[in-house]
Amino acid sequence: MVGVLCESRAVDETLAIIETSDLTYTYPGGTEPSLVDVSLTIEKGEFVILTGPSGCGKTTLCRCFNGLVPHFYSGKLEGDTTVAGFRVSEHSIYELAKHVGLVFQNPENQLFALSVEKDVAFGLENLGLPREEMKRQVDWALQMTGIADLRERAPHELSGGQQQRVAIASVIAMKPDVMVLDEPTSFLDPLGAQKIFEVIDGLNKELGITVILVEHRLDLASKYANHVIVMDEGKVVLDGKPLDVFSSEDARLIGVGIPKATRLYQALRESGVHLNSIPVNSQEASLLLQEVLTRDRG
Amino acid sequence: MSVFEGFRFRRVFSPIHELDPRVKFFYVCVVFVIAVMFTQLLPLILLFLIQLPFVLMAGVQKEWIKSMRGASLLALMIFLFNFLFTYFYREYPSFPPSSSLLEYSLSMTLRFIVLVESFSIFFLTTSPDRLGLALEQSHVPYEFCFAFTTAVRFVPVLAEEAQTIMDAQKARGLELERGNFIKRIKNYIPILIPLIVSAIRRSLELAEAMESRAWGATDKRTNLYVLKIERRDYILALISISMLILAVYIWLFLREQIPSLIPLITA
Amino acid sequence: MIEVKDVFFTYTNNVEALKGVSLKIREGDFVAIMGQNGAGKTTLVKHFNGLLKPTKGSVIVNGVDTREESVAKLSRRVGFVFQNPDSQLFCETVEEEVAFALRNFGFQEKVIKTRVEWAINLLGLTRYRQTSPFMLSGGERKRVALASVLAWDPDVVILDEPTIGQDYQQKEKLRQFIIQLNTQGKTVVIVTHDVEFVAECNPRVVFMVEGKIVGQGAAKQVLTDRKLLARASIVPPQISQIFMGLADFGLPTDVIDVYEAKEILLDFLEAKS
Repeated sequence: MVGVLCESRAVDETLAIIETSDLTYTYPGGTEPSLVDVSLTIEKGEFVILTGPSGCGKTTLCRCFNGLVPHFYSGKLEGDTTVAGFRVSEHSIYELAKHVGLVFQNPENQLFALSVEKDVAFGLENLGLPREEMKRQVDWALQMTGIADLRERAPHELSGGQQQRVAIASVIAMKPDVMVLDEPTSFLDPLGAQKIFEVIDGLNKELGITVILVEHRLDLASKYANHVIVMDEGKVVLDGKPLDVFSSEDARLIGVGIPKATRLYQALRESGVHLNSIPVNSQEASLLLQEVLTRDRG
Repeated sequence: MSVFEGFRFRRVFSPIHELDPRVKFFYVCVVFVIAVMFTQLLPLILLFLIQLPFVLMAGVQKEWIKSMRGASLLALMIFLFNFLFTYFYREYPSFPPSSSLLEYSLSMTLRFIVLVESFSIFFLTTSPDRLGLALEQSHVPYEFCFAFTTAVRFVPVLAEEAQTIMDAQKARGLELERGNFIKRIKNYIPILIPLIVSAIRRSLELAEAMESRAWGATDKRTNLYVLKIERRDYILALISISMLILAVYIWLFLREQIPSLIPLITA
Repeated sequence: MIEVKDVFFTYTNNVEALKGVSLKIREGDFVAIMGQNGAGKTTLVKHFNGLLKPTKGSVIVNGVDTREESVAKLSRRVGFVFQNPDSQLFCETVEEEVAFALRNFGFQEKVIKTRVEWAINLLGLTRYRQTSPFMLSGGERKRVALASVLAWDPDVVILDEPTIGQDYQQKEKLRQFIIQLNTQGKTVVIVTHDVEFVAECNPRVVFMVEGKIVGQGAAKQVLTDRKLLARASIVPPQISQIFMGLADFGLPTDVIDVYEAKEILLDFLEAKS
């Protein structure tokens, strides 16, 4: 029986930017619900990693955050989601788009225009912003994602990593409170993935944008997160600080790709060797191991 | 495929590229009207020559020649068809065919060539996004403009995908070059179906992305770029109108006096 | 046996993707070709079944120059599993999909039936036999693609980026499956940039950078070679990163596996006390 870890995080309701309560959703024509009683709270400014085995409902949950569920996908929705003070079921997707941005997995299929500039401006054009204001926000978004020199290029000429940065730029141009990214690095190589994580982390730290990142590659992504949610079969099974979640037995059982550093910690612990704390990345592990190795020396 | 090269836009800077597509389109229409007005060879030759400076100014000679080459086969067919059909209809059984018939058929062919020439110039010098913008500013509903630019944007993507699918099926033993006509057509089913399925999936993902970027938020959509009519556009418009007026004048009053080029041809 | 002899390859758009590559893959080898996106990995393996022919140099597969045989004939011996299964799925049922290549290769109906049965069972797709492949989930579609290649029992199996979009458990299953294939005598070539996956598989690794091979050897050696990793812009596996930070302790640096790491550390601590 897997349990929900909430005790490790003291949740401040007043800081919540996303709240779901008992969210249950079944796609039209689906025989089983894709989400079952999902209740969670995400605070403003957090960097959340949402993970779990394929088919666990992470992608569906993302779509609940920006209104694609239930407005685009119909189906049966019970329970509530509130994002930035708005009840998702009561506001259209385009209204919510000003507060929640969603970056998708496939870079190619979220770029429409024939130049990067125009793509970044797409959302702003849809909102009917005056041209001067649009230009400023487009310039700013291009600067923030480090692609100002690509502004006149066509999307097809860009690498996958560059395309994803364009997608991110086009989302932040609308200055949302929350940015949700659904496995944005799936098609990228590790270096490309790292660059994306750095860009996202920069936006989170500098602009205070709340980030929800759906990822399998925990080795690379876990060091940026301060909140981890693990799902399995439509339910939230783990919800807490990265350290607690990764080192828990349940995470191993579900089959989440725990960082190797944490796995080494667990393997050593089983053999009676305890490190002073739980590492999630290699630097932490090295330091902790150094402590242990010198401790026994002396 | 090289005939398509003659129509594909390349990002180059020239006065012709900077012209407003709406004015260029007006020019193309004027050329069309003039070409249709005359059946005599001389005006058509002039019409053909008049456009060559545009080709040179735009620096698109190589591509333009490709489009002309591609059209030449069709032009030859038009000539032969025209010539033979009119001969058998009008002059048979008198032999040899009259030289006025030859001139007439050449004119019909040249008419076609003139049209290809002007359309080629248009598409070679107009970027698809400018074209989309021109459509928008001409009050074509945004959905159509968007569909147009998005389609153009995905052409290279689809081309690559088609290649990947062909590779994947070839690696499963599918031989596209073998077999009789019917078998060859059947062999394309394993290529078409994945392509179509992928196109449908892609559309769904695109729709999701569009919605997520506030599609439909307001009827009064704004635009990052705007097309402004500049001085050079007025110049082209003026040239087009002058050409049109001149052509109408000649057609109304001087039609009969257009010299036939038969002596030149038969010499 | 695949032999790549000083191969150069330029695409029609004048991009030179391979700049003098030489490689030998023997029967029963397990090779991982690694590098960043655009290094030329997929371009290289597409030469193994003749999808691409070298601009210069030659590729010899089982004694035959690939330029002298059709892709269909080469594919009979060299199976290629593409990165995206949706590039090939078009049939009405999983059964037909798996049988497609067998029909193309001219197998007899009886043999086709047996082979299809075997491949479907092997990949755990029995209950989906009559299902349309389009109705299946992403992971299941990948298994259908794999089944349809294994069905004709090629000597060599090439997998192009098999781990993309897969969760940890799926990767585990895949890893075990690949190792099983190799143990059964198949030559396995995987193209990937997933270092952790390669670290767990422990094959022979070939590093490519900008169309050239910059290093090759056992996974343990190559994935812990700092200079090589830097050249190939590859992030080393976490375990080897950890051990690089412990170099002062005289511990071996060529460790990539968690359990081996644990054993080494435990031995070290025991020796201390």
